[in-house]
Amino acid sequence: MTATRADVCVVACAEAFRGDGEIVCSPMGTIPRLGALLAWSTFEPDLLISDGEAQLLAGPVPLGAEAKAPKEAWLPFRSVFDVVAAGTRHVMMGATQLDRYGNQNISAIGDHAKPTVQLLGARGAPGNTANHATSYWVPNHSTKVFVEAVDYVSGVGTDRAAKEPEAARFHDLRRVVTNLAVLDLGGPDGTMRVLSTHPDVTVDEVVAATGFELALAGDVAETRTPTRDELALIDQLDPQGARFREVPRAADG
Amino acid sequence: MSADEVVGQLESGMTVGIGGWGSRRKPMALVRAIARSDVTDLTIVTYGGPDLGILCAAGKVRKAVYGFVSLDSIPLEPWFRKVRQDQGLEVAEYDEGMFQTGLRAAAQRLPFLPTRAGLASSVMDTNPDLRTVTDPYGGGEFVAMPALRLDAALVHVNRADTRGNGQLLGPDPYFDDLFCLAADRAFLSAERIVPTEDLLEEGPIQTMVINRSMVTGVVEAPNGAHFTTCDPDYGRDEAFQKLYDATAKDPDAWTDFRARFIDVDETTYQANVTALAEARA
Repeated sequence: MTATRADVCVVACAEAFRGDGEIVCSPMGTIPRLGALLAWSTFEPDLLISDGEAQLLAGPVPLGAEAKAPKEAWLPFRSVFDVVAAGTRHVMMGATQLDRYGNQNISAIGDHAKPTVQLLGARGAPGNTANHATSYWVPNHSTKVFVEAVDYVSGVGTDRAAKEPEAARFHDLRRVVTNLAVLDLGGPDGTMRVLSTHPDVTVDEVVAATGFELALAGDVAETRTPTRDELALIDQLDPQGARFREVPRAADG
Repeated sequence: MSADEVVGQLESGMTVGIGGWGSRRKPMALVRAIARSDVTDLTIVTYGGPDLGILCAAGKVRKAVYGFVSLDSIPLEPWFRKVRQDQGLEVAEYDEGMFQTGLRAAAQRLPFLPTRAGLASSVMDTNPDLRTVTDPYGGGEFVAMPALRLDAALVHVNRADTRGNGQLLGPDPYFDDLFCLAADRAFLSAERIVPTEDLLEEGPIQTMVINRSMVTGVVEAPNGAHFTTCDPDYGRDEAFQKLYDATAKDPDAWTDFRARFIDVDETTYQANVTALAEARA
């Protein structure tokens, strides 16, 4: 069994949750969800993960099997916001735009008063970033997503948080996982830094697909590939191959 | 009451809160009744879905107050998107937790409640009236989320009695009790109105989330959340939602949709929905 790029991304997302312990893990998107389920199945057995609705699963189950699976707790949206404020949560969100300080936009493109593209709205991103660990998943690493300046700050980045003590107090941007690389905000002044590139991806490719200057970790590593056991688990958790709709196999074009 | 009688109690220019979440358990029978009424110039306060979208399409909305607007299985709400992009509809966009805090403040008759959510985000820049407050006990500076006080709230429940006790049988009550408490007048639509003594036959006492002190009137509206979810009574009508989604891109499709599914009374609407489903089968 050979690891696909999607499998590498699943493991990179799982690694973002390493060390989290007994907190609510809220992945948005297929590959982050598989990453969370993989971490839960292996090195983070204390994670809490929802069924996608209002209940917490009692244990990891494959995508699509949530409805009938055993549950361990009730977590309706009203309680989610309490957990957010309590800080016992790590969210991995998507991003239509991200800048070098990790400011994220999922609200609108263009002037907010009359946008050229209306997106979802701020959602919970301001509260998430002000309260607890936040990571991002970008399945299409490109200069369209990684921009010099975002049009609207939904999720707060390191520069803006640094100016307000209560915004900075629990601000904790962890990882940015993309289809090309793993990054964090460990560059100078809290800027984005390449930690590793996925197998067969060069640093130059990552730099070229990014619309701002990236910091490089001293030695940019290769993202670790899944073990045999992890590959088998990923296949069990995603028997339909939903992950390839986010990051296609070469053969899927 | 009937849906039209509820709308008869609304006036143009009012601030109206709508319960549910995204494309889930929305009081669509009441929303459609507004869409075909003379009421207009509304400020709509909502965890937004097709409720806001249809009212935008019908030209009823002066301002939208929300944390997000989505159809869930279709990420972006087509009509909200269209009026924002074509006309620059006025909005107050908040973090969705801030939004809950604003409802709580309104429910508790407070002018504001402090929250950390929103600090340093564009929510502060795009809502110029939004203020911060300094912890009087010597701490830091927080957002003073203003009360989202409502003239009226509209909520759809699974069961109710005629007196206004409302039962939510699905997995998530969303914020429907808060919407009711935040409003001067709250109206329920219910899948079924049952005798009070029968309410506990279908769920435990914890499902009785809304009590009659919060509620002004009740409308029986079977399938009244269609096409949004109403667990456990029914799920989302995804085919119908796709049909609705397509109307924002095609004026003829909207004219047709409006004639069959908005400018008709509730009985005709439900008959047209059934006919459409049978034609597909």
